[in-house]
Amino acid sequence: MSALTYTPPPAPAADSATENPVVGIDQTKGDFSYNMDYEFDAGTGLSEKTVRYISSVKKEAPWILEFRLNALKKFLSMPMPTHWATKDLENINFDKIRYYLSQGQKPKRTWDEVPDDIKKTFERLGIPEQERKFLSGVEAQFDSEAAYSNIKELVAKQGVIFANSTEALREHPEIFRKFFGKVIPTGDNKFSALNSAVFSGGSFIYVPKGVKVAQPLQAYFRINAENFGQFERTLIIADEGSEVVYMEGCTAPKFSTSTLHSAVVELVALKGAKIQYITVQNWANNVFNLVTKRGVAHEEAEIKWIDCNIGSRLTMKYPGVVLKGRKARGEVLSIALANDGQHQDTGAKMIHAADETTSNIIAKSISVGQGRSTYRGVVHIPKHLKGCKNNTECDALLINSNSRTDTYPAITVRGDQNATQHEASVSKVNEEMIFYMQQRGLTEGQAMSLAVNGFINDLARQFPMEYSVELKRLIDLEMEGSVG
Amino acid sequence: MSQLEIKDLHVAIGDKSIVKGFSLTIRSGEVHAIMGPNGTGKSTLAKAVAGHPDYTITSGDVLLNGASILAQEADERARSGLFLAFQYPSEIPGVSIANFLRAAVQARLAEGEELDATAYYKRLYAKMDLLKIDRKFTSRSVNDGFSGGEKKRCEILQMAMLEPKFALMDETDSGLDIDALRIVADGVNALRGGPSAPGILLITHYQRLLDHIVPDHVHVMWDGRIVKSGDKSLALELEAKGYDWVKKEFAAA
Repeated sequence: MSALTYTPPPAPAADSATENPVVGIDQTKGDFSYNMDYEFDAGTGLSEKTVRYISSVKKEAPWILEFRLNALKKFLSMPMPTHWATKDLENINFDKIRYYLSQGQKPKRTWDEVPDDIKKTFERLGIPEQERKFLSGVEAQFDSEAAYSNIKELVAKQGVIFANSTEALREHPEIFRKFFGKVIPTGDNKFSALNSAVFSGGSFIYVPKGVKVAQPLQAYFRINAENFGQFERTLIIADEGSEVVYMEGCTAPKFSTSTLHSAVVELVALKGAKIQYITVQNWANNVFNLVTKRGVAHEEAEIKWIDCNIGSRLTMKYPGVVLKGRKARGEVLSIALANDGQHQDTGAKMIHAADETTSNIIAKSISVGQGRSTYRGVVHIPKHLKGCKNNTECDALLINSNSRTDTYPAITVRGDQNATQHEASVSKVNEEMIFYMQQRGLTEGQAMSLAVNGFINDLARQFPMEYSVELKRLIDLEMEGSVG
Repeated sequence: MSQLEIKDLHVAIGDKSIVKGFSLTIRSGEVHAIMGPNGTGKSTLAKAVAGHPDYTITSGDVLLNGASILAQEADERARSGLFLAFQYPSEIPGVSIANFLRAAVQARLAEGEELDATAYYKRLYAKMDLLKIDRKFTSRSVNDGFSGGEKKRCEILQMAMLEPKFALMDETDSGLDIDALRIVADGVNALRGGPSAPGILLITHYQRLLDHIVPDHVHVMWDGRIVKSGDKSLALELEAKGYDWVKKEFAAA
């Protein structure tokens, strides 16, 4: 093991989005020192060698290596989806990305080196001191390790398995293998193939029959105990009649060690089970966040995705539910905020595959300044089904006249025994509304933030309390910064 | 005792000059009514004084207790004690009246000072009782789907809570039936007494509002300035003779 002190050179501005070392931080304030441990480093670029390396470091079974290599082939052979998605994807330089960073690699810098605006953000968000240091990379860990093992132990008493995916692959291969890659096949899209080739980290949860997990399981604790995952792979299985709530992310700005994040999340809700998956993400604004999330709901099961996307350069994410069993229910509630230079391309997919299945999509997007938000939805109800229902609502709010929003709902309902309802709206925060609020004594920034919070209020109320409070604070910060 | 002085004010929207040399001084507790036909610049005057960005003050000054407020943004003017009751209040979907007012009250506190929520609600409910407003009202989104009367009552409630030094009330009577008018007038009258009574500038077309809110002074506005001032009897005279009388008199002068 050799510990070297590495000082990254100032990154060239033009290529900074795909350059690795110090993302999420104003690079002009750079010169952070890193302790690099090259023992577990797959280097930059992607090849069969990289994949074999990752698999060997993780001491994986041969079937997993095979799975990875197969995925790599698919990834290399698939074109970028730029015939429908943004051309910005072409700016990802796959050769310059590190696909695997080991535990040993942790950024090291002092609190004094953390830029003031970031410190201020932590303060405004009310993040505890210890966590601030962790999030800004001053400390690699805080006592989340303890919090995680407490929860893990607690739920283990009910027979619940809560582990990281590497661990679970080793210790519970029989359950893992049965469901792994079944909801989202490797070749589902180019980025699910990429994830399947190089995945590392992510959660594995199995909830036994009839078990109702009382407290939400938080990835926040778990992921903080490791490195932030770049290619996370999460698999949650709720056995018959069980219930679980999973929370991912936190509203603090996430300082990642890479500009490309491509996670895959698979959920399986067996008969009568309920899974609720909550995400609140606030990426640094040079991150490509390309995520595939999908669940299968069996008979009378229910899957609910709550998804908030703030930050990133480009987010592409369309949580979906395959309604496979009779009376299954699927729901996506999403909020996206695109500020200057950001593109939130989000939406939902509901694939009805059984009678009497119901789905509900409520998506709200906010575009600020040059920010761009796109809603893409797929609702599919084939002709032979009976008694299926879908409700889709997409609302967009534009803050400045040069903001942009697009809606691409694709709703295919065949047969005359199914019902769908679709509403879309675009509204603007107009000058009169801002003047009205200013006349009551609010600053322009406070007025904007109140208007935005009002816009998402009916949705945010459905979130767990701490998330809606944090979301509100975060929006306050985003809006204050958007006023010139 | 506070004083709001509008001195030889000229206001333009784009290239078009609307207010042309308007002067008026209002003191705490006084009620001034400004009457005049459509298009004489009454609403423009109110919005310009409140700091609407679309209105350009080309000359003249507005002084609050001797200091010019023209360099201040609309929100600073509001916090200095200037309130505009809008003719067409904006709707703010998803923001309850209680939360909106709370934000407005909080904005008036010193940096770092936290609002006492219990005291705030106590005061809010007291004002609502005074104005005979149902408790359920404040959980509704600000002006969202309100009737004309509800919007105006919401304005009066905000005025009562924010306790301005001066209130500019722009056509507060428009769109109100006689019952709603009485309720709104009762609300304004309730704020009139007492040591912290604001100075009020009532902008209206019609005499009928002045039956309920009796002004101390009445001014007739014509072509961007005051052409005639008097006491409440002037309003009655106007009612009897119509605005044509002013037009003729003014044209002859």
